[in-house]
This record gives sequence, structure tokens and C-alpha cells, in this order.
Amino acid sequence: MNWKLIAISLSCASLLFLSACGSDTATNTKTDTAAATATNTESPAASESPAVTVAPATEAEWQPVLDEYRAFTIKEADSLVIETEKFVKAVKAGDIRAAKQLYAPSRMYFERIEPIAEALGDFDPHIDARENDVDEKEWRGFHRIEKILWEENTTKGAEGYADTLLEDIKLLRALMETVEIEPSLLVTGAVELLNEVSSSKVTGEEERYSHTDLYDFVANVEGAEKIYELLKPQLNKHDAELEALIGTSFKNLDDALADYKAGDGYKSYLDLKEEDTKKLSQLLDALAEPLSQMGKILGA
Amino acid sequence: MSSTTNNDDKQKHNQKQAGDSVLEKSMSRRDLLRLMGVGGAGLLIGATGVGGIMQAANKSLAVATTAATGAGASGDVLPFYGVHQAGIATPSQDFILFAAFDLTAASINDVRTLFQAWTAASAAMTQGTMIGTDNNNLNLPPSDTGEAAGLSPSKTTITFGVGPSFFDGRFGLSGKKPSSLEELPAFGGDELQPEWCGGDIGVQVCANDMQVAFHAIRNLTRIARGKAVLRWTTEGFQRTSGADKQGATPRNLMGFKDGTANPDTSDETQMKQNVWASADDGVPWMAGGSYMVVRRIRMRVEVWDRSTLSDQEATFGRHRESGAPIGSLKEFDTVDVNKKDENGKPIIPANSHLALARGDGSLKILRRSYSYSSGLDNRTGQLDAGLLFICYNRDTSKQFIPMQTKLSRMDKLNEYIVHTGSAVFACFPGVSEGGYIGETLL
Repeated sequence: MNWKLIAISLSCASLLFLSACGSDTATNTKTDTAAATATNTESPAASESPAVTVAPATEAEWQPVLDEYRAFTIKEADSLVIETEKFVKAVKAGDIRAAKQLYAPSRMYFERIEPIAEALGDFDPHIDARENDVDEKEWRGFHRIEKILWEENTTKGAEGYADTLLEDIKLLRALMETVEIEPSLLVTGAVELLNEVSSSKVTGEEERYSHTDLYDFVANVEGAEKIYELLKPQLNKHDAELEALIGTSFKNLDDALADYKAGDGYKSYLDLKEEDTKKLSQLLDALAEPLSQMGKILGA
Repeated sequence: MSSTTNNDDKQKHNQKQAGDSVLEKSMSRRDLLRLMGVGGAGLLIGATGVGGIMQAANKSLAVATTAATGAGASGDVLPFYGVHQAGIATPSQDFILFAAFDLTAASINDVRTLFQAWTAASAAMTQGTMIGTDNNNLNLPPSDTGEAAGLSPSKTTITFGVGPSFFDGRFGLSGKKPSSLEELPAFGGDELQPEWCGGDIGVQVCANDMQVAFHAIRNLTRIARGKAVLRWTTEGFQRTSGADKQGATPRNLMGFKDGTANPDTSDETQMKQNVWASADDGVPWMAGGSYMVVRRIRMRVEVWDRSTLSDQEATFGRHRESGAPIGSLKEFDTVDVNKKDENGKPIIPANSHLALARGDGSLKILRRSYSYSSGLDNRTGQLDAGLLFICYNRDTSKQFIPMQTKLSRMDKLNEYIVHTGSAVFACFPGVSEGGYIGETLL
């Protein structure tokens, strides 16, 4: 913590220095890499918010939050196992209609807890790789089956992949007992979930055969929203304005997504017009930007 | 000073000398580095030595530039604050990144917050300082995106304006809309594409470095998230100051000089008459501001390239090489559109761009255009390149519109160009420290 004190006192010193000179605009200190750590390279005029005065939460304060997130992810993983079992059963029974219906909803349980799966190693590529993400001979998981169901319009050839998928998911569920959840995982996980949407779902690249991208979209956002709900009290203490802004931004996006509901599920990506995806993408950016500031609760 | 020694006495001497001289006269940081020999042979001074000198120099520089504030202390830094916004009367920098934004903000309060945050960020970026206070917290995304760190501000100017749609009633400002701020009427030959038109807000970033300009637009866009979204952007360029050390009138992509007929930006009377809106013009909040017109004009490059030089010169009404009016020798020779040849025909063709744009010489606008290149048109395989026409005038309905109406009907140049984008913005008056852009309106 020593360096922090030093930094603060130094920046105070240079603030005083600058104001004593009656100007804070004409010093081009940015080009100075050698002295960057020893001078205030930030324009006082550009300061946004006062320095955080609330101390970061203690380990004891974090524990209930982390426990609750663990409970949430395990509940989701339990549902993932149950729903994937149904999906696998339909595939193996050759019931293509049922398989297609069960595909997108069962995936949502995975999409809500994706940061955990990623933290556990190879699970994401095994379960969720898209074509060309991995070597053809290693490609398995949801999207491999998706291709057979929608491209070839059959369940034939998908049975083996269905079995492997269920094994992978059961293993994921088992290992989730062991995963260590750190506060930083929550903070970065929420942003990662939205980045997932931004980079593949909003462009329709995730579900390139079934076009069920909106299911994943919604699930990722719900996963991020869960984390925000858990961090809300702490966030409120540190920066109530930021907390409120994130809340409004979630609501704006949720409201927009509600327009694309169709029955129990969501419209096909093919039914979205360019202005729809642009609007969703911009609402997502409007949310992800303040959400990325949640790290404030971790201190500096 | 070209010291190549690393001995301590010499360092102290340098340090002292640097301190002394900056107190005497203003000096850019770069000059200071040069003086101290840092950067070239000065590398011989150990890293610690440089740091020490830099620290001392920094303090001295702060004193020096403070003393010289407002006097253009450093050649690379243009003041952000002032009576007028920078980027209008400012001599054109090498590059432009123009961005039109649409507001998504729910209330006028949000708009005000956005303009205040933009003001702080713009003031920082034009002066070469980092945006925000969270640039060293490992748990947060840095406040400044960082690609301009360590770079000279490169004469960055950031100029803000609002379009007609800003006054459409969402923010209760319809009563404050200037009567001359209307989307332009349809001109003959326009082929406007919606993706290059309009915008609630227009932001012109100009700089002598494209990365620095990009940094500005990128950070303004980031700051706007949740309040405004990008509608369209276009990048433009001119010959750089490095390629044309004389700073002659720039040439457009047709090879002709463009901007010869501009009012003299250093002549306050001409600027008041043609460029700056006045309180007497009926819109008090625009006093000291200016109305901007942006047109994306695609050039039919391939067609132009197969026209003879004589045709090309007749089209512009100027000689290509010298930029002189046809029949004259020098670029700035007096234009006489009434001069006839031995057959009684005007020497400068009446339908040439020069003759039409000039008219009787009473209409003047301040052109601040850049060339653009936007890859190729996939439908034809031809270049999508042309002119990002930008001009400032005091009253668009009395200056640009009559001029363009005439040009669109008769200009010989129309054979070779097509207008594909259009937008107008009322650019605010300048702002002083502590204030924010648009404060006279909001």
C-alpha cells in the first residue's frame, strides 16, 4: 500500500504546484515517459469523480457474496445437466423436432455461467466450440450437433456427440465444487459475459445453423445481471451513481430484448433487421462501459 | 546544445541551462529535449540521469508555459479554450476525423453531463494530457485508452456543433433552433446515401497525426456511451506539412488547388462578415459560433483521369500546375471572369467551377475541406474517393445555399462528381475554462 500513498502525495504535490502557477492546461507532461510516475500526468480539469474513499470489502464481507454466486452457478449447472439429458435423449431417439426445440433453451444454463466453465480449463471448447474454433477431428459439443440437426436435418451421426456432450457437462458440474471463486472473477466475469454477446451473438455468428443467437444473448446478459445484483450493495457504497447507471442500462437492454420474445423463446436471428442488431449492440455497449467500472469495489 | 558527454558536471550544467533559458523564453518540450541532447547522442546519459533532468525540466517547463499561456507556447499545442472554438479559423491540420453522433440520452440533463465530460476530455486531449484519473488502477479499465500516450498533441482541435435534429423537441429546445439551421435542400445531381447524412451532433477532430485524431474520436465515443451513439464517421487527409513545407494551398484528388478563394482568417473584419455568427443575427446563443456544412463528394476518379488537361482546366477555371485563373500566371492573381478572348468568349469559362463559385465575389465561405479515400465501390470495382467538403459560414441560407444552388445547376465539374453525404451543424461559440461547450444553449 506504500506506493499508493506515495502516488497520492505526489499527485497532490503536482496539483498544488500547477495551481500555484495559475494554469493546468499548458503543461504537456504526457510525452514524459521517464518522469511519468513522478508527475501528475492527468489534467485536473479532466477529473471525473472524487477519489474512492470507501475501503474495499474485507474477506469476511466478500464471503457471503461469493457463496451466493457459487450456489447460483451450481443451480444453473444442475439444470444444465437435466436439460441436456432431455436434449440428448431426443437426439438419440431420432426425434429431430424435439431435439431442435430443446437445443437452445438447454444451452442457456451454460451461457449464464460461462466464466466458470472457462475458469475450469478445457470445458468451453469441449462444450461450446464453433466450427473452425478447434481441429475438425476434435470438434464436439453443442455446435457440432447443431450443424447436423440444422444443416443435414437429421439426428443420424449426432448420437455419439450427444453422449460425449452429456459426459462433459456432468464432469463440469462435478468439478464446479472445486472451483475457487475470487472477487475478481465476478467483476471480470460480468464484463466477459457481455463481451461474448458483443463479439459473436449480436452478429449471429454463434448459432450459425440454428440462428438461435438471441437465446444465448439473453442468457449471457442474465448471467452478468446476476453478478451485478450480488455486487450491488458494495457498489452502492463505493459509487451510488455508477450502481444506478448500471441498473438503468440493464433495464434498457432487458426491455429491448423483450421485444424479440416469441412464445416461450426468442425470434430467429434471421428475423432481425440491421437496425435491430445495431440497436441491441449499442444498448449492450452502453451497459458494458459502466459495468466495466465495477472493479472500483476492489480498490486500487 | 549537442552535448555527448555523460559526466556529472556537464549534466548539472545542462540542467541549469535548461532551467534558465525556459524561464527567459517560452520553449516547447521538444526544444527542451533537443537542448539537453536527450533523444540522440543524449542517450549516453544514463537512464537515471535523464530522469533527473526530465523532472527538473518538467518543473521549469511548467513555469515557462504558464508564463506564455495563450501565446501558443508550444508549436504542437493549440488552445482549446477561447472566444471561438478552435478548428475553424485554425489553419488546416494534416488529417481530419469527422464524426456525427445521435443522442440516445433521455433528458437534457444527460446531454449537459455529456457536453461537460466532452469538454474536460477535449481540453485534456488537445493539451496532450491523459483523460481521467483511473489510469493506473489494475482493477479498472484505464480512463484514457492510451494510444496517444507519449505523443505530441499534434495541433489537435476538436470542434462541436449541433444539427437540426437536436432541436426536434426531445429536449425542449425547439424554440431555440436557428432559422438558418435546416437540412440542405435537394440540389440537382445529389445522390445522398442515408449512411452519410445528418446527425444530432457533429464533431470535427483535426490533427497532424492520424493516431492522435483517432484517439480523440474514440475516447469521445467511449465517454458518450449510454448518451449518444455514432451515426457516421469519415476520415480525411491532405498533403502533410512534412510533404509541403511551404504550406501552399492543398490540392484535391483531381490535382487542383482547393481553397484559394478563402477569406483571410487573420482578418477579423472578414471573419466577422463571413464566418462568425453575431448576436445581431437573431440567435444569441450562437454569437461567436459558426454554421458548418459537410458534404461527402465522391469524385468519379476514373472518368476524370481520362479527360484532357484542357478539359480539366476548363472545368475548374484554373491552371492545374500553378493554380492561377485561366489566362493568368499566378495562383493569387486577380480573377476577372469578364475577360474575353479575341473571339469574344470568356477566358474563364462561365460554367467553370471558379466562375460559378465566385459569382460577383460577394459570397464568401470558409472552406476547410479534406480528401477522403474509402476503399473501393464493390459494385463497380472503382475507387470510392473524393472530397470531404467542409465549410463554415455566418448564415448558410445566405452563403452556402445560394452558392451551391448555382453550382449544382451549371458547374461543369458536376460531370465528374456526385454528392453522397450531407449534414449541417451549428458550431457553438468558444468556451472559457470552467465552462462547457454548448453552455449558451443548454
